[in-house]
Amino acid sequence: MPEIIIDGKQIEVEDGLTLIQACEEAGVEIPRFCYHERLSIAGNCRMCLVEVVGMPKPMASCALGVNDLRRGPNGELPEIRTNTPTVKKAREGVMEFLLINHPLDCPICDQGGECDLQDQAMAFGIDSNRYAENKRAVEDKHIGPLIKTIMTRCIHCTRCVRFMTEIAGVEELGLIGRGENAEITTYLERGITSELSGNVIDLCPVGALTSKPFAFTARPWELRKTETIDVMDALGSNIRVDARGTEVMRILPRNNDAINEEWISDKSRFIWDGLKTQRLDRPYLRDENGKFRPASWDEALAVVAKRLRDTQADKIAAISGDLCAAEEVYALKMLLDRLGIKNRDCRSDGTKLSDQYGRAGYLFNSTIEGIEQADALLLIGCNPRHEAAVMNARIRQVWRHSDLQIGLIGEPVDLTYDYHYLGAGPETLEEVAKGANPFADILRRASHPMVIVGQGALTRADGAAVWSAVARLAAELGIIRPDWNGFNVLHTAAGRVGALDLGFLPVEGGLDRDGILAAAETGEVEVVYLLGADEFDPAPLAKAFVIYQGTHGDVGAQHADVILPGAAYTEKNGTYVNTEGRVQFANRAAFAPGQAREDWAIIRALSGVMEQPLPFDNETALRAAMITAFPHLGQQDEIAPSEATGLTALAKAGGRLDKAPFKQAHPDFYLTNPIARASRVMAQMSALKQEELKRENNDKEATGTDG
Amino acid sequence: MLKDEDRIFKNLYGFQDWGLKGAVARGAWDGTKKLMEHGPDWIIDQVKESGLRGRGGAGFPTGLKWSFMPKESDGRPHYLVINADESEPGTCKDREIMRHDPHLLIEGALLAAYAMRAHTAYIYIRGEFIFEREQLQRAIDQAYEAKLIGPGNIHGWDFDLYLHHGAGAYICGEETALLESLEGRKGQPRLKPPFPANVGLYGAPTTVNNVESIAVVPDILRRGAAWFAGLGRPNNTGTKLFSISGHVERPCNVEEEMGIPFRELVEKHCGGIRGGWDNLQAIIPGGSSVPCLPASVCADLPMDFDTLVKHKSGLGTAAVIVMDKSTDMIRAIARLAYFYKHESCGQCTPCREGTGWMWRVLTRMAEGRAEKREIDMLLDVSKQVEGHTICALGDAAAWPIQGLIRHFRHVIEARIDEYTARADKEGAVSSKMAEKAMEAAAQ
Repeated sequence: MPEIIIDGKQIEVEDGLTLIQACEEAGVEIPRFCYHERLSIAGNCRMCLVEVVGMPKPMASCALGVNDLRRGPNGELPEIRTNTPTVKKAREGVMEFLLINHPLDCPICDQGGECDLQDQAMAFGIDSNRYAENKRAVEDKHIGPLIKTIMTRCIHCTRCVRFMTEIAGVEELGLIGRGENAEITTYLERGITSELSGNVIDLCPVGALTSKPFAFTARPWELRKTETIDVMDALGSNIRVDARGTEVMRILPRNNDAINEEWISDKSRFIWDGLKTQRLDRPYLRDENGKFRPASWDEALAVVAKRLRDTQADKIAAISGDLCAAEEVYALKMLLDRLGIKNRDCRSDGTKLSDQYGRAGYLFNSTIEGIEQADALLLIGCNPRHEAAVMNARIRQVWRHSDLQIGLIGEPVDLTYDYHYLGAGPETLEEVAKGANPFADILRRASHPMVIVGQGALTRADGAAVWSAVARLAAELGIIRPDWNGFNVLHTAAGRVGALDLGFLPVEGGLDRDGILAAAETGEVEVVYLLGADEFDPAPLAKAFVIYQGTHGDVGAQHADVILPGAAYTEKNGTYVNTEGRVQFANRAAFAPGQAREDWAIIRALSGVMEQPLPFDNETALRAAMITAFPHLGQQDEIAPSEATGLTALAKAGGRLDKAPFKQAHPDFYLTNPIARASRVMAQMSALKQEELKRENNDKEATGTDG
Repeated sequence: MLKDEDRIFKNLYGFQDWGLKGAVARGAWDGTKKLMEHGPDWIIDQVKESGLRGRGGAGFPTGLKWSFMPKESDGRPHYLVINADESEPGTCKDREIMRHDPHLLIEGALLAAYAMRAHTAYIYIRGEFIFEREQLQRAIDQAYEAKLIGPGNIHGWDFDLYLHHGAGAYICGEETALLESLEGRKGQPRLKPPFPANVGLYGAPTTVNNVESIAVVPDILRRGAAWFAGLGRPNNTGTKLFSISGHVERPCNVEEEMGIPFRELVEKHCGGIRGGWDNLQAIIPGGSSVPCLPASVCADLPMDFDTLVKHKSGLGTAAVIVMDKSTDMIRAIARLAYFYKHESCGQCTPCREGTGWMWRVLTRMAEGRAEKREIDMLLDVSKQVEGHTICALGDAAAWPIQGLIRHFRHVIEARIDEYTARADKEGAVSSKMAEKAMEAAAQ
């Protein structure tokens, strides 16, 4: 471990650190623009210049490693000075250069208040300007509906270029031109197509790239900031929701190295306009003409209670949806238990996962951080780029920095990294499991092999057989070891693992989702309670009496007879368990609109009307009851250890495999839940992506001579 | 004055055959195998002893540079890259070597590559050098055909030599930008460390040398390090190609001994200063990027690295730009400032923003449309650019301006006074005139 002296203070630092990191450890702040810990080092802003004793010129501390420094001739420790007149002058100089062509339009700039340039100009700049010439102006670029560009403000730090190239894996931003004429552009005038593009807004140290939907709506200091959890996929990315009054104004990522590092997907970031449209803000009842009419809570709950009382328990069913927090699922489960209703399912997309083989059977056992150790990875029926965009970036990072071998069985999509395409469906899966495919050897020889099975493979009719086949493959190839479990299920629904943990599954003799839908079609099930369940074709429910409790007038509400308006994820406190089995707590950032209520409270109220009151009157009591019943749900930010023993039984379960190829669970990344389908921004992005695909297909057909 | 027998570039002017036959007749490829039999370390020692300093401008000892290369390969190949991106304004020495004596370069490349255990060398030639590229390629083809280089050649060291041409960017003459460009990327300098000797072309140990540095190596080895070290002055040894341009009677390229006094150089080879010695105003002794020197110091000025550094200038590429009294010094330097503004790669802040700023201020100063306090401001800005950038282009842009202010501040002040007086009398200058001046400066 090298020792160095920073501003007279001697410290010992880890090998491989850069001077800027060493200075941070010594408690010395170094200003920077281009340097970012998760991106490659560019060293181009020159703001981080420090004096290294013995070197004639000031050095960029971001680019110089502590190991690059040598001891003096008499064994003196290398010495860095950050508080000398030379350093001060150098910083002032760089600051002045950055500002001469910067428009200084802070009063109308959305970055105002959270602008690195503004802050550092205050701290390290000079108070006057000596530049009397005309300023440079740069034409703004159109790069899609998410990112607004005011390129005159750009200081050419190239963070956005490095992010898009390195992390997002889509080389669509670059710096063209030379000298003063250098500018950041998409080369071709079109939107960027990455699912992670919004992160460049956070990365941009100035107001050159800002959020287009958020433009001119609020100042950062006016916003109430709530730290919570994202539900757009099953990763449980950590986010911060900024709200003003009852309105969510924007969503930003929070750092969590175990999950999302500091990125979030565009869906997580720009979903918030969907929280304001198509909302169910009061109870509705369907009248005799088949039209919805507004109703009061008392009226609506009375109708529901009467219907539930008047129907035999075996003719009632309940399905919980993708975005449900554990609390409401637990509350509904308690209510169903009291009413003796056995037909229930949390697997609204029809996945065949269940809790019968233990938690390890449906979790992402290697953990997301575990991907960093992996040296072989097999993706089965899953497109992580769409189903867990942030995790896909992590796979890409590992692939870039090591010789991670990746195989794919399923649709051959662009994942931003190279993979061995093994085949399309279960036959290939069997082949690999039997060791007949060369990739089997790669997995067998790997020190940390992983298989990830996606919902595309598990929601099929033969999903259970595929599930078992994957476990068999894992067992055959030694992927499950005492110290490493490489069997992973990638969920797409944020509430799924929590609901599986709670066992919101058909009780002995009860019907599962497919059973419920079929029975509803034939009339055997008369009443269906949908708790935010939208991800299926609702046609079979046409005849049944449907109670829809949820947030949006979406698929599930189509055939509803009663609508009970619930709260979206930003509007309630709740426990979510991510695909790894990590328990996280989401906080309320705003209140639900109109008469909409938190979902647990609706269920509690309904139980009261039915004179079967549930034993809790507030959220705390509910959570306490839930944690008593399921202690692991009380362990914040932890993954309760899960035994892999059940996987042996799963492997033996067998089942007949179909020959049909695996399909992606989410062919359209942008429209995967009711909030997203209500969002104008997501609709625009989806349309753009379709256009892009069309263009690509046309390009494929083009011969190159067709002009 | 350099004796004829001490000349290395005997066909500098192209009066003889440029090809292999002519080159062999002049002594090239003579006993190359014997030289190589002494081993790579001997070659490096000889080059070290000769005192050869890099001819590309910085004057770094060539032998020392070679010794930075790993002695054993760690599995990565070694590369020699020859910088033929001769773009420094005023410099045209490498051009003549490639046109008229290309075999000296090819032989030098083989010896240098062998000394550094490289089996592959690239010559990165300036995009505008089309004839030179063709000529050099013809010479390389000749050498391949004669089995002098290539796989299984008569020298027993497999060696491939590739010629790659640039696209006309000055910055690609910077060694790491050159490597980037050679790899097919945008020519922007890399951060150092790591230095190319550790991580260079394609991540492998690489040495980048100037054409002239490589082309003189065979002669040094053949005639002995002592011969080369005996020429010139201590620490500034050997012969050097000077490119003398500007206001002399006969601008020319000439090979001379290092340390030849400036006056002797121009009077012997260039027919003297246009209009006589007293008509000399200033010189830029080493290509456009070094500070200019006024006539007063030029007479007995030894043209070598160390002396010129003492005078706060530099030998650079030894491209001497001579300016007589008809030259408008401010406009001349403003034109250079425009060049650096135009060629800045835009990667790092001080150079990207500073070069344009300096050019604009100088353009106004050329007109007199400035204030005297701006002279010190300009000097300060140039100091903020100098030494704060990734590569030396920032320094190169700052130095000519610093030289101008150091030696010709009175000229700038007089210009400003003159303008102010005129403006007082005639009223402020219209913006059209200002534009015209800008255009003139840009040309």
